[in-house]
Amino acid sequence: MPEKKADIIAQLQKDILLLQGLKPTLNSAAVDVGLGPIKNAFPNHSFPTGAVHEFISTAAEDAAATTGFISGLTGCLMAGGGICLWVSTSRTIFPPALMSFGITPDQVIFVDLQRDKDALWAIEEALKCEGLAAVIGEIRELSFTNSRRLQLAVEQSRVTGFIHRHQPRSVGTTTCVSRWKITPLQSEAIDHMPGVGFPRWNVELQKIRHGQPGRWQVEWSAGRFQPVRKVAPVLPQQPIRKIG
Amino acid sequence: MSRRFVTIWFRHLLTDWFTRRQPHLRNTPFVLAAPDHGRMKVTAANASAQLHGIHAEMSVADARALFPSLLVLDDIPELPVKLLTALGHWCIRFTPITAIDPPDGLILDVSGCAHLWGGEAPYLEDILSRLTSFGYQVRAGMADTIGAAWAIARYSTTSPIIPPGEQMACLLPLPPAALRLESAVVERLLKLGLYQVHNFIAMPRSALRRRFGQQMLYRLDQALGHEEEAIMPLQPPEPFQERLPCLEPILTATGIEIALHQLLAALCQRLTREGKGLRTCVLKCYRIDGNIQQIAIGTNRASHNPAHLFKLFDNKIATIEPALGIELFILEATQTEDITPAQEALWTSHSGLESIIVAELLDRLTGKIGPGIIQRYLPDQHHWPERSIKPAASLEEKPDIHWRTDRPRPVRLLATPEIVEVSAPIPDYPPMLFRYRGEIHRVKKADGPERIEREWWLETGEHRDYYTVEDEEGRRYWIFRLGHYDADKPHRWFIHGFFA
Repeated sequence: MPEKKADIIAQLQKDILLLQGLKPTLNSAAVDVGLGPIKNAFPNHSFPTGAVHEFISTAAEDAAATTGFISGLTGCLMAGGGICLWVSTSRTIFPPALMSFGITPDQVIFVDLQRDKDALWAIEEALKCEGLAAVIGEIRELSFTNSRRLQLAVEQSRVTGFIHRHQPRSVGTTTCVSRWKITPLQSEAIDHMPGVGFPRWNVELQKIRHGQPGRWQVEWSAGRFQPVRKVAPVLPQQPIRKIG
Repeated sequence: MSRRFVTIWFRHLLTDWFTRRQPHLRNTPFVLAAPDHGRMKVTAANASAQLHGIHAEMSVADARALFPSLLVLDDIPELPVKLLTALGHWCIRFTPITAIDPPDGLILDVSGCAHLWGGEAPYLEDILSRLTSFGYQVRAGMADTIGAAWAIARYSTTSPIIPPGEQMACLLPLPPAALRLESAVVERLLKLGLYQVHNFIAMPRSALRRRFGQQMLYRLDQALGHEEEAIMPLQPPEPFQERLPCLEPILTATGIEIALHQLLAALCQRLTREGKGLRTCVLKCYRIDGNIQQIAIGTNRASHNPAHLFKLFDNKIATIEPALGIELFILEATQTEDITPAQEALWTSHSGLESIIVAELLDRLTGKIGPGIIQRYLPDQHHWPERSIKPAASLEEKPDIHWRTDRPRPVRLLATPEIVEVSAPIPDYPPMLFRYRGEIHRVKKADGPERIEREWWLETGEHRDYYTVEDEEGRRYWIFRLGHYDADKPHRWFIHGFFA
């Protein structure tokens, strides 16, 4: 009986989403970005493509972590030879590093602009273009009106947009489908080997439309996202005392 | 098709130009003078000065003796060529092929142009009346050969238009100087009493060659049309060019748009037929007042889609100033490339670098904001991080080597490395802690060093030893030490990037 109840609840949830205006994506169009347990936070348990996601970062280190997370997502969207447009006003991305996140760096077109206004226009034009797999915009401020323009653009073209706001003056309200905050997390040594391990992040989903916000710890290894397993901390070895 | 040429002779090119700039000089006798062997020599005299018997090559002192209140102005060297070039460009409205003929003439190749003006007489009349209205005293000649036209413009007293094939008859009564001969040859001819061309044209060629040189026969043949004469056009004709002369001057943006639509349709039709697409394109608008307004576009991928190209031009139409009106539009594809025919029905959903809609998007971005904003990178064969990538020249360019993945590289690389203060336990060990922007980071985990040598054939300097370090909060950095460890030199550690 409980199984049947779960089915009914799931069906009812889908109906509610439909009533709330969320269009169901076709199974073929749904892209698995390999987010593992985070998937359950999304409506219909699938990563919302054809929408604008917003990322907030404060420190330069957070920006690097956010870039890595976005690159991982974009790499999944670009699988199969898609290209993406990277619009920014102050670009410090080092393209060879994108290779480890599943992006072929020569498939990325960088657009470097001086002013936020131009960048917003470029992002909007790019989001209207159906030939792109993803559009990444690095801008500082995004007003409600501007975010609505971007939302209208993606509703037509179904392109996924990532807006990375570094050190925004005010976070404000936007119409973006989600708001993320990614911060670096201490890496775990592989098999207790010395050195730096795989990149790990604290992923905080602060807002998600029709979904459940939450926090996770995610590692990028073997070319995909993997949830961090809680491993019992290894006790530091007692230093061997010299005797005598 | 027989060729036709027009030569234009500016009788007082320099002085007319001075009169144009300073209208009060119109009725004043004045000369231009330049120093020559320690005296001032007249280089040009205007019409009213010539009435007083003053001519070029005279010394200024002699000229002043003839007319004491003569106004003497400084000559500007190189001015004739500059003026003729500008006038030659202006004459492109009459024919695409114009050439300058220093010191005081222009040569136009008008083959097949005159009928657009309703015949040769109105055509020449139009050229002359417009140049006259600028204030230049001009004479022109039209003939089958440049030599004949040149002679007619300067020495004939009859009609300036020589009907096709009759250049021989018109040359006969002219003086020998009309054949563009060297002054020594002309003098010798005059000394021998050969005052007109018909005096010597019937002489045996061998006799002429012996006495006056090969050059004279060559000039004679050129004038009669037995020898081809090449001219150097001011503007080499573009293979892909469309012209649209307007009956009435165009003043409005709508008018320009209509003209652009027509020109683009014609140009794109021709490009499609020949399997080409344009990369750069220029629209030139010739204004009534002699000014030329132009707007240019460039595309990221060769295109012959008129709608897309029009959209690129559309942003810039507002920058054209029609002033009194535009009488001629010329659309030139300055750079073209072969284009592969698109399989539109099958591949419209294609989302790669070959996609046409992406190329059109990039064109819109560059068209609105400016060139140089779009970058794409390919791997380059260098280990030095700043040089390990190179910008791609075009969207189609493929990387010739693989991207390296064997070494960790930071996601964000600082444009210039920033200095950090470091304390390392022993030389060549990763640092224990470092201070970056006032904050102390204690290193918990570290990898390295990865030594990258500077490429001595490109620049001199010391190598870098890179370490990947992680601090207690999990923030990952790429730092390096410049050169070998040296206790005497502090501040040799830099931060170069942030890992994800």
